[in-house]
Amino acid sequence: MSEYNGEIKKMMIILSKATLDSVYAAFVLANGARMEGIESEMFFTFFGLEALHKEKMEDLHVATVGNPAMHMPTMLGGLPGMEALATHMMKKEMDKLDLPGVKEFIEILSASGVKIWACRLAMDMFHYKKEDLADELDGVLTVGDFYQRAKGIGTHMLFI
Amino acid sequence: MEKVIAGKTIAVNDEGYMTDLSQWSPEIANELAKEASIELSPRHFEVLEFLQNQYKNEVPLTIRRVGASGVVDIKEFYALFPAGPLKMSSKIAGIPKPASCI
Repeated sequence: MSEYNGEIKKMMIILSKATLDSVYAAFVLANGARMEGIESEMFFTFFGLEALHKEKMEDLHVATVGNPAMHMPTMLGGLPGMEALATHMMKKEMDKLDLPGVKEFIEILSASGVKIWACRLAMDMFHYKKEDLADELDGVLTVGDFYQRAKGIGTHMLFI
Repeated sequence: MEKVIAGKTIAVNDEGYMTDLSQWSPEIANELAKEASIELSPRHFEVLEFLQNQYKNEVPLTIRRVGASGVVDIKEFYALFPAGPLKMSSKIAGIPKPASCI
């Protein structure tokens, strides 16, 4: 029997949300895996699909309501313009760190060898067509297809 | 820590990254690359030279900056140094391990 030392060989990252912080967390994790020589694949489902949608990807927001880490009263967070303001501030900080925008980040991920999959069910639910999504899309999969791709020792799966 | 490679003694840290770029030579690079199962081509050396210049100019390295350099695009960077391009190329270039998450 061969010894398995626990080394991570492949990251399967599922993105189900399109708040800016969730999207960047998923992207940095997927990209970071490739930077370590680890295989990495992303499955965009439900609202996560918005991060792949050509017309929506550059207009993602930080959530100011229902996000206790914003340290802002829920009532205030719901005021018009609050979300835009918080998003603007976060984007400014990300610029300083040389973080790319969503579109460019997807290009970097794809060039780095990250596989980019959209969820069949979510596509049907939102009435999205393949053409609506980034050109870097590798295909549309069922959840079963995605699990099949996770085969092998050292695969880890993350849900964001 | 010291290491003998290509007939020379070089200073390295505990992860094997050279700590004195002035000790670097193409012969040493070839040997370091072999340890990572890479055979260096002229393209590799062009990238190594770029990385060393960035280091000398104190520009922090990220995959994005390398990709935007005009020297190599991200796809080729991964093809040249498959198992973790930024770290592997930095090691072979004789510069410190990049501390970047992107």
